[in-house]
Amino acid sequence: MITLGIDIGSTTSKCALLRDGSDILATSLRVGGLGTEGPDEAMQELRESSGIDLSAVDRTIITGYGRNKYEGGDGEVSELTCHALGGRLVFPELRTVIDIGGQDAKVICLSESGRMTNFVMNDKCAAGTGRFLDVMANILRMDVNDFDEVASGSVSPAAISSTCTVFAESEVISQLANGVDRADLVAGICGSVASRVSALARRAGVKPQVCMSGGVAKNGAVRRALEKSLDTEIAFDPRAQYFGAIGAALYAYRQLQQ
Amino acid sequence: MAEEVKKAEEVKKPRKPLDPNSAKYKLGKIASDAFANTIEAKKQGKPVAWVSSNFPVEIPETLGIWTAYPENQAAGIAARGAGERMCNVAEADGYSNDICAYARISLAYAKLKECPEQDVAMPDVLLCCNNICNCMIKWYENLSQELNIPMIMLDIPFNPDYEVSDAQVAYVTGQFWDAVHQLEDLFGLKWDDKKFEEVTGFSCRASRAWLEATAQAKYTPSPFNGFDLLNHMAVMVTARGKEEAGEAMETLLKEYKENHEKGESTFRAEEKYRVMFEGIACWPYLRATSRGLKDRGINMVTTIYADAFGFDYNSFDEMIRAYCSVPNAINLEKSRDKRVKLCKDNNVEGLLVHTNRSCKLWSGFMAEMSRQIGEECGIPVTSFDGDQADPRNFSEAQYDTRVQGLMEIMEGNKADRAGKEA
Repeated sequence: MITLGIDIGSTTSKCALLRDGSDILATSLRVGGLGTEGPDEAMQELRESSGIDLSAVDRTIITGYGRNKYEGGDGEVSELTCHALGGRLVFPELRTVIDIGGQDAKVICLSESGRMTNFVMNDKCAAGTGRFLDVMANILRMDVNDFDEVASGSVSPAAISSTCTVFAESEVISQLANGVDRADLVAGICGSVASRVSALARRAGVKPQVCMSGGVAKNGAVRRALEKSLDTEIAFDPRAQYFGAIGAALYAYRQLQQ
Repeated sequence: MAEEVKKAEEVKKPRKPLDPNSAKYKLGKIASDAFANTIEAKKQGKPVAWVSSNFPVEIPETLGIWTAYPENQAAGIAARGAGERMCNVAEADGYSNDICAYARISLAYAKLKECPEQDVAMPDVLLCCNNICNCMIKWYENLSQELNIPMIMLDIPFNPDYEVSDAQVAYVTGQFWDAVHQLEDLFGLKWDDKKFEEVTGFSCRASRAWLEATAQAKYTPSPFNGFDLLNHMAVMVTARGKEEAGEAMETLLKEYKENHEKGESTFRAEEKYRVMFEGIACWPYLRATSRGLKDRGINMVTTIYADAFGFDYNSFDEMIRAYCSVPNAINLEKSRDKRVKLCKDNNVEGLLVHTNRSCKLWSGFMAEMSRQIGEECGIPVTSFDGDQADPRNFSEAQYDTRVQGLMEIMEGNKADRAGKEA
C-alpha cells in the first residue's frame, strides 16, 4: 500500500511517499510554499526521483499552512500531528519534537504510545523562526546553509536579542560595524533562535527523546545551542525537514488501515 | 477523523423573522435601546455617564443617571469593522498601539464624537472602577481631561488574597457612598433607598437568570452555542439594573431549558467536542473564530468572560464583595479555581486561550493559570494571538492550526477513553 504526504509550508513544499506505513520510498522538496508553484513542482520532482506512477498512490493527505487551499488530496491534517507522526516513525522512542519552520516554531509533546498530548507555538513574531535566520543571513551576505560551518569557528558567541527580528537586525549591523568576528555573530544569531525556542520547549515540557524537525533542523549550530540551553541531547536525521510530509503519508496509511 | 472536520454537518434552518417574544429579540432590543435611549435622554438635557463595565451599576440606576459603556461601544465598533480606523485616530494623537484597543477607540470617539458603527451620547461625568483593570484609570483620566468633565473613581484594587477581607469591604463601601454623594452634588439628585432596593432586585434577578442560563451548558450536548453568550452578555454589561433585563434573561433561561428537553441547540453542528474559551472575545474576527470551532464540531460551551457580569447578592455587604470578586480583581489561585469549576461543571475537554494584546493583565497570568487548569482538569490547552478590538494582531491561519491541533488532541483523548472503556 502506497501513501503520499504533502506538506505545504510558508516557504517550501515537501512530499513523501510511504510504503505500508513504514518504508520511506522517496521525498522531494521545492522552494515555494502556499500560493506558489512549489507544491506542483515538488510533486513533479517526486514523480521523477521515485519513478513511481503517482496514480498508484492509495491515499494522499495534505498538511502545513497550505493544507486547506491545495486541491488534490484525500484529506488534511495539521502539521502538529504530522510532525509528531513523522518524527516518531524515524525515532521510535521520541517524546518531544522541536519544529522550527519558515514562519513559526512549535514544540510538540508525545505520550509513551506516540500520540500528541500537548503543543506550544510561537507568538506572532518572526524571532525564533527560520525567517529570523534568513533575515540575518541577508545582512551578513551569507547563505543560511553555511551558518553551521561558520558558527563552528566561534570562540565567544555575540549576544543577540531574541525579542524582535528588527531589533536583532540593528544589533547585528552595529556589531558588524564594531568589527565583531563573523563566526561569533553567526553563533550568536543561532543562539538567539535557540534561546527563544527553548523557552517554548520549557513551557511545553521537555521529555527525552527529543528531536528537531523542519528546515532549521539542518542547522547544527542551532541544534547545539538548543542542546546546551535545554541540557538534553537532540536527535537529528537528515530527513528532518520531511517529517511533516512523512507524518501525513503515515496518517493516510493509518486511515486506510481503519 | 481530522479531515472530516468539514463534514461536521450543519443543520440548516430557514431564517425566520425574530419572534418578539424570543430571548434573542428581547436581548437585542435592550442592547440597542441602551445606546439609543441614552442619546435621546441627552437631547432632553438629562445627565449621562460613561461607565466602566464592572462599576456598581446600582449607583447610576438608583440616581436616574443615564449610562453608556465605552467598553461595550468599542466592542460593537470593532465587531462592525471600524476598530482599525478608530485605533489609527488615537495613534495619530500619540497614543501607543500597546494601549488597550478599547481605550484607543474610546479616546478616538471622544475626539471625533461620531462613529456610524456605534454612536453614543457624550457624557457629563465619568464613572470609573478599576476592578476590571488599572488601564481604565488612565483611560478615564484622559477622557476627563479631553472632555473637561468630572471623573468619579471607585477604587477596587486587585486582591492578592483568596478571600475578600472585611477591611476591603469597608474601604470600598466608603467609596461607594462617596461616589453617591459626589453625583448628588454634581446633578442635584437625591439618593432613594427604596429605589436602590428596587434596582438591586432587578440586578439580582437578571444576574440569577443569566448565571443559570449559562450553567445550562452542563448538559451534553449543550443547549446553546457559547458564542451566543458573547452577544447576550451586552445586556448584562449595560442594562443589568433594569427591569426588562431580568425578564429577557428569564426568557433566555426558559429557552435553553426547553432546548435541552427537546434535544435542540443553537449550536448549528454536531457537538463533537466541548471547550472553554478564555479571555475577551476577538471581536474583529468573531465570525472567523466561531467558524474555526464550529466547522470542527467544537462548541465553546463556557467562558468566565460571560459569567463575570452576573452579580448575585443578598445584602449590601454581599454586593460589595461581589464587586470585589470580579475575574480581573482576584488572585491567580481563586481565578484558577473558578475556571476549573466551570470546566468540570460543563464537561470541558479542551481550553482555548485568547492571548489578547490589548489586555496585558488578563493575558499575562494566563500562561501559568492555563497550565494549572490543564493539569487539574486533564485537558489540553492551546492559545492564539489576537486582540479584542484591534484587527492587526490576528492571523486566521495561525488560529486555524492551533484549533485543529487542539481538536486532534481531544480526538485522541476520546479514542483513548473509548479504548479503556471497551
